[in-house]
Amino acid sequence: MTKLDYLHETASQTAGPYVHIGLIPNQAGFDIYENNFSNVLAGQATKGERIRIEGCVFDGTGTPLRDALIEIWQANAAGRYNHPADAQQKKKLDPDFRGWGRAGTHFETGVYAFQTIKPGAVVGRSGRPMAPHINFWIVARGINVGLNTRMYFSDEPDANGKDPVLNLIEQETRRDTLIATREETKDGVLYRFDIRLQGERETVFFDI
Amino acid sequence: MAAESEYFQRDRALQPPAYTPAYKTSVTRSPSRALLSLANSLSEVTGPVFGHAELGALDHDLVRNYARTGDPIGPRIIVHGRVLDENARPVPNALIEIWQANAGGRYRHKKDNYLAPIDPNFGGCGRTLSDAEGCYFFRTIRPGPYPWRNYINSWRPAHIHVSIFGAAFAQRLVTQMYFEGDPLIATCPIVQTIPDAGAVDRLIARLDLNESIPLDTMAYRFDIVLRGRRSTLFENRLAGN
Repeated sequence: MTKLDYLHETASQTAGPYVHIGLIPNQAGFDIYENNFSNVLAGQATKGERIRIEGCVFDGTGTPLRDALIEIWQANAAGRYNHPADAQQKKKLDPDFRGWGRAGTHFETGVYAFQTIKPGAVVGRSGRPMAPHINFWIVARGINVGLNTRMYFSDEPDANGKDPVLNLIEQETRRDTLIATREETKDGVLYRFDIRLQGERETVFFDI
Repeated sequence: MAAESEYFQRDRALQPPAYTPAYKTSVTRSPSRALLSLANSLSEVTGPVFGHAELGALDHDLVRNYARTGDPIGPRIIVHGRVLDENARPVPNALIEIWQANAGGRYRHKKDNYLAPIDPNFGGCGRTLSDAEGCYFFRTIRPGPYPWRNYINSWRPAHIHVSIFGAAFAQRLVTQMYFEGDPLIATCPIVQTIPDAGAVDRLIARLDLNESIPLDTMAYRFDIVLRGRRSTLFENRLAGN
């Protein structure tokens, strides 16, 4: 076989138990950077419905991971990503929304949380709309390659029913693993989204 | 802008599988079902963009970014290299974040209780953006090896954790950089999760005497390769509207 002159992607390694030092040093227990990346994506001027996302990442025994790190990436309220590759010109960029954040799970409870806005629908491949969703990336001790998944919204049943990615999941019952449940609390709208790494209700993870 | 092109499929033969029982923690943390392969949409070919204004002037200098009473203890090193994609094109403006133990093998972390001492002048993290040619560099001290609970007598080879953002969420990567000549690499269950010897070898930084500063600091070279993207020779139904 002819050997083509491509480089090979660098191999992944686990983020390990001390991932906080590098990515969220405040949680590791010290203050070093002036500007810290955080789990708050929406500022005062950001457009859109304020939401909180909360959940746990469970291992195969049902125990929450207390040392996981999660990053999310999402479109703005109009359904546009703040990135040059998103050419949906009819939708406005929101200068007050990057659409990215990171959070560690709590050292005792294992709960993670994000404060953000609900994204709008983004156009998918072939112009088919995708239901509103947030992209998740999970790393931790014991995870050799970061895991990609998506969170959809329980109050979007019609859009979810037509979503081209959810419809790729052959076992319909597994689609539910990607749908966060909406709750109205006294502090506002909360979506609960638990991630299960393994077992009966294992979350659907993607090879993107 | 031809930025909508899709990324090459990740070559899983060069990546560790999820379930690697010799690295015990992976046993209950590995998905047991196949990953669902997803053709790229806007959600995968976009990703956060970072700017220089978000970083501090010393963020890339671990010798100085937490110094209180003097420099940290340990061999002073430069870690440098390029961020490229699989087409060998430079990846500019890539956010690279690193973290590591100090020279004694101790992390500045609430949960690390190894008996080696904390270094009062060493935080152990840094970050930078690659330049237009994909080049990056850090100054730090060489981390020490340390014991961990896998087998009773397991020792991690000296390493620096590296997190990289490319241009897209599909390129997101976390890895570890090792040091040329370290005898612990060959037996480390975490290193050995990678099934391909060449892929392991590419995680080992080489001593780079050319870039070393005489009488001051040794240099190690570590190049990072992110996924490449197809040329847009023909449309493949990615773009919408």
